[in-house]
Amino acid sequence: MTTDICITRRSHEEGWLPVLELAVEEVFEIMLGCRVKPAAQSEPQVNREFTAMVGLAGALCGVVTVCCDAKTAGQVAKSMLGDTADSQEQVADALGEICNMIAGNFKNKLAGTDERCLLSVPTVVSGGEYSLHSMADGTSMETVLLFEGAPVAVCLQLQS
Amino acid sequence: MDKIRALIVDDSSVMRKIVERSLRQAGIELEKVVEASNGAEALAALQSNVVDLILCDINMPVMDGLEFVRQVATVENAKGVPIVMITTEGSESHVVQALSAGARGYIRKPFTPDQVKEHVLPLVGKKS
Repeated sequence: MTTDICITRRSHEEGWLPVLELAVEEVFEIMLGCRVKPAAQSEPQVNREFTAMVGLAGALCGVVTVCCDAKTAGQVAKSMLGDTADSQEQVADALGEICNMIAGNFKNKLAGTDERCLLSVPTVVSGGEYSLHSMADGTSMETVLLFEGAPVAVCLQLQS
Repeated sequence: MDKIRALIVDDSSVMRKIVERSLRQAGIELEKVVEASNGAEALAALQSNVVDLILCDINMPVMDGLEFVRQVATVENAKGVPIVMITTEGSESHVVQALSAGARGYIRKPFTPDQVKEHVLPLVGKKS
């Protein structure tokens, strides 16, 4: 499968959303011991108090983000570390690592892409009063899943 | 098997704790765990610590894991110490680069404790 054609076209033609969903499900199951599935559209909107980001560069250019509310981010950290996860720093670190593993797992599943795509180290933004704008002109896909009953949004934004 | 001394290198403190926990779950008794958040810190830590096993991420700021593996061969304290990479980078080229540089094992994140057991136990002299 060639990576020379436009990435946005390829993402639609090859149906990358199920690949992203699978990458997310595997990370949650293996690292958090929790089976997650995409949420129904009737579920409440994600309260984006925490956003973890990992950049993609090379054959894929863009960003993977994981967004959730503060309580859910804390629950993610507790699932990874146990009750010792109590500081804001650990919560951000845990969510950043989940995002990192989702991005890596996703690109490793795309034939011909993993060799030529690099990941940035994670960045995590916290607080309620922000919005995220990608300057990239391209495409995006998002899956919202339920973790411990709360919605978590995972988004892939690609530059064309 | 005697208790071992491990160096865990990852820019995420959460991942360092998870790797340590996975080692214990694999039945490896740890005498000491030294932590470093990048390759440069790890090289500095090796100047004053003797370890029996190194577990190292690849994508890290300051000095990445591949450069660390290349440079660790020059550290007297660390000659012959087995290095296992634990990373999200799953491409064949990364595996080849890591093994060529001297790593003895390669585990892709996300990983299970069983994978740690499978890759690490043979290197520290205990049968699973």
